[in-house]
Amino acid sequence: MSLRAELVVDDRDVAVTLGLRRGETVALLGPNGSGKSTTISVVAGLLQPDAGEVELDDRTLVRAGGRGPAAWVPPHDRGVALLAQEPLLFPHLSVLDNVAFGPRSAGVPRGAARGRAHHWLAEVGVDELASRRPRELSGGQAQRVALARALATEPRLLLLDEPLSAVDVALAPGLRQLLRRVLRDRSAVVVTHDVLDAALLADRVVVLEGGRVVEQGPTAQVLARPTSDFAARIAGLNLVRGHAHGETVVGESGLAIAGLADEPLHDGLEAIAVFSPSAVGVYREVPRGSPRNAIRGVVTEIEPHGHQVRVRTEHLAADITPAALAELGLAPGSPVVFSVKASEVAVYAA
Amino acid sequence: MNPAGRATRATTRHTTPRLGLPAWVFVPAAVGALFVVLPLVAMLTRVQWRDFGALITSESSLAALELSLRTATASTVLCVLFGVPMAVVLARTSFRGQGVARSLVLLPLVMPPVVCGIALLYTFGRRGLLGHTMEVLGVQVAFTTAAVVMAQTFVALPFLVVSLEGAMRTAGTRYESVAATLGARPTRVFLRVTLPLVVPGLVSGAVLSFARALGEFGATITFAGSLQGVTRTLPLEIYLQRETDPQAAVALSLLLVAVATLVIGLTRGARSAL
Amino acid sequence: MSRTSNRLLAVVTAVVLVSTAAACGSSGHGSTKGAGASGSSSSSGLSGEITVYAAASLKKTFTEIGTQVQAAHPGTTVRFSFAGSSDLAAQLQQGAPADVFASADTRNMAKVSGAGLTAAAPVDFATNTLEIAVPPGNPARISSLRDLTRPGVTVVVCAPQVPCGGASVKVEQAAGLTLKPVSEEQDVTDVLGKVVTGEADAGLVYVTDVKGAGDEVEGVEFPESTAAANTYPIAVLKSSTNPALASAFLSAVTGVQGQRVLASAGFTKAP
Repeated sequence: MSLRAELVVDDRDVAVTLGLRRGETVALLGPNGSGKSTTISVVAGLLQPDAGEVELDDRTLVRAGGRGPAAWVPPHDRGVALLAQEPLLFPHLSVLDNVAFGPRSAGVPRGAARGRAHHWLAEVGVDELASRRPRELSGGQAQRVALARALATEPRLLLLDEPLSAVDVALAPGLRQLLRRVLRDRSAVVVTHDVLDAALLADRVVVLEGGRVVEQGPTAQVLARPTSDFAARIAGLNLVRGHAHGETVVGESGLAIAGLADEPLHDGLEAIAVFSPSAVGVYREVPRGSPRNAIRGVVTEIEPHGHQVRVRTEHLAADITPAALAELGLAPGSPVVFSVKASEVAVYAA
Repeated sequence: MNPAGRATRATTRHTTPRLGLPAWVFVPAAVGALFVVLPLVAMLTRVQWRDFGALITSESSLAALELSLRTATASTVLCVLFGVPMAVVLARTSFRGQGVARSLVLLPLVMPPVVCGIALLYTFGRRGLLGHTMEVLGVQVAFTTAAVVMAQTFVALPFLVVSLEGAMRTAGTRYESVAATLGARPTRVFLRVTLPLVVPGLVSGAVLSFARALGEFGATITFAGSLQGVTRTLPLEIYLQRETDPQAAVALSLLLVAVATLVIGLTRGARSAL
Repeated sequence: MSRTSNRLLAVVTAVVLVSTAAACGSSGHGSTKGAGASGSSSSSGLSGEITVYAAASLKKTFTEIGTQVQAAHPGTTVRFSFAGSSDLAAQLQQGAPADVFASADTRNMAKVSGAGLTAAAPVDFATNTLEIAVPPGNPARISSLRDLTRPGVTVVVCAPQVPCGGASVKVEQAAGLTLKPVSEEQDVTDVLGKVVTGEADAGLVYVTDVKGAGDEVEGVEFPESTAAANTYPIAVLKSSTNPALASAFLSAVTGVQGQRVLASAGFTKAP
């Protein structure tokens, strides 16, 4: 393990364990306030945990809470670079000097530092902006420069805190591709709530909810078969949690969803049923036909979703065509029945 | 965005937006401005201009002016050397009793200058708190130019600390955090990131301190005494001239105002170039 | 700015200017009220109140004389404004309302009488001579004016522009010495203050100051002091609103009782 982090921060109610292999990129997912930024801050050295231990490449960065002698390595000594939502380029320095700041702090002579800065600016595709001032840059350009600045320190671990959230929607794909290239063989943790970031950048995903890790695993697996509500939501899937009865999952509210399970589940086991909104049919009354699942609900929201329309009830979502919506004459508050074939529902252990 | 990928920004001809200020705001603002400007105008009308040149170039006037400029500059330098760390500690740390510490630092602002002078006397005077120690060390402070600098620094320091602390609190610590993660040690962060970001606040504070030091009277005359070329700064000279030559007093007063205006004007010019 | 607010601004400015001009007649400085009764008019026919502008060095003596006047004429009030003579003279020239002016030297009185502000010719009522003040115990062993020129002795005097400073200069000349003071103070109280706190080894102040400071200083007389005696004149002012009481006060000062008060404070008789 390249990074081993166990941290507890009491006044933010965060208790997280995180691990990273060398060269691996992990996406840290979760809703706002779930503890993602806190975790990052502790690893970067900007926040002291009340208890726990953080180790990077066999070097203890911080230890607290009595498990051994207390230890603290200040942030400038950790070899951990942080890229935040805002570029935070030093306004009084040129772009080149911003990027050269890291090497200069490490004692690299000015000429060599500037050479390195040019190299990394070229890597992120903005070398022609070297002599500009930060206030002359657009948001996307500034974020690229900030990335170059972080990379120029040749960090052992790169932390990115929602790097694309403040960037223009039109520019995000370009920046995401750049990150994909740059992070390929790098140890990095990317904090995000955007599924595309996770999908394109991360080898593994860790999901936080309420300050705790609720799910982790390889990216594809978590997004295809999420076991946490948040992962399901950003993967755009419906998720019902409950106990298994054969291949049916019975939720707490009595809701029963029949599906297909890969492996046998014994009765009473905690299980999850997952299905895509596009597999759901929307009816005004319980239909007669082959689909075995018919779930009553009340429409809470109707929103556009690509070419289709997403109809939400309290717990579930269904994608239908605009024409179908018009035919049904639905509005928030209308009673509906969601119907989905059992073959479209994946059931697996929680 | 234009093809070169350059962000558009506001044109350099400052087109300030029409802010929609309520019209009545201008009335008290104008009255206040008049209140400050009219006395200056009144002085200007009293000056006998044909004597002005001779009055301000007399030996005592020039000695007082030179002394004032020298001591005010020295005081401002001391204010910066001590005030910057004080402001940094107040703005960036939190310890028990910080509110009290801040109030103490601001005390010279509310104490009448003469009281400041008396307090300095009780500390550094021959019979003061440190008097014996200093006498043993052979250091005599009273009646020296050093005493003038001390008096001026004492009253001017709070201006710099308050200005700078405010600026630092506004600036926040985000850039410092970033700099730390980039590998910069605390000293480097302080010198290369913290200070450059608050230069405008530092300059305003220094200008205020200089102006206050230049105009200082009560503490100087109480603590340092009054002797031409040694301790008689321009304000002391003006007060003395009132006894015998009110015309000279007015002329010197205008000289003091002119010097202060010049310094403030120059620094404002330098600041907008930053 | 709209037309209405332009007009409003003009009106307000006019109001401010007029009220400032109206208020410009008044004076103000540390005024003390003599301890006296107020109320019904007196049996001697004198009543009302007067304001006396007097040099700072006359504070103790004049306050006492004021009390005596109020006691002699019940129902009258004597108010004082003590300050440096040149400050008072300047205020009177600017039109400050007062009934009596007593200066520490003839030069400042001349400013006032020369401006035609006095009701009659000023009367000299006392003289003050200089004395050397030293801290208790006389640490520098001063016994004469010449001792003040000893190297290492810190001497403080008044600046030549003020009355006590002028006297110091005269005294130096009479003795044929050149003093090298470490400070030339604005007024004699500051000089005394520096001696009392021990900052200075010696200071040139008035005899009355030494007496008034009691145990806080010791005095060293010197013969050359007679070369520079400050004559104190007093005059009733034309602008007095109560000339009867003002004259009564002047008479009290020049009269037997007043002169006794002055003498016990250290003043000598006017020539």
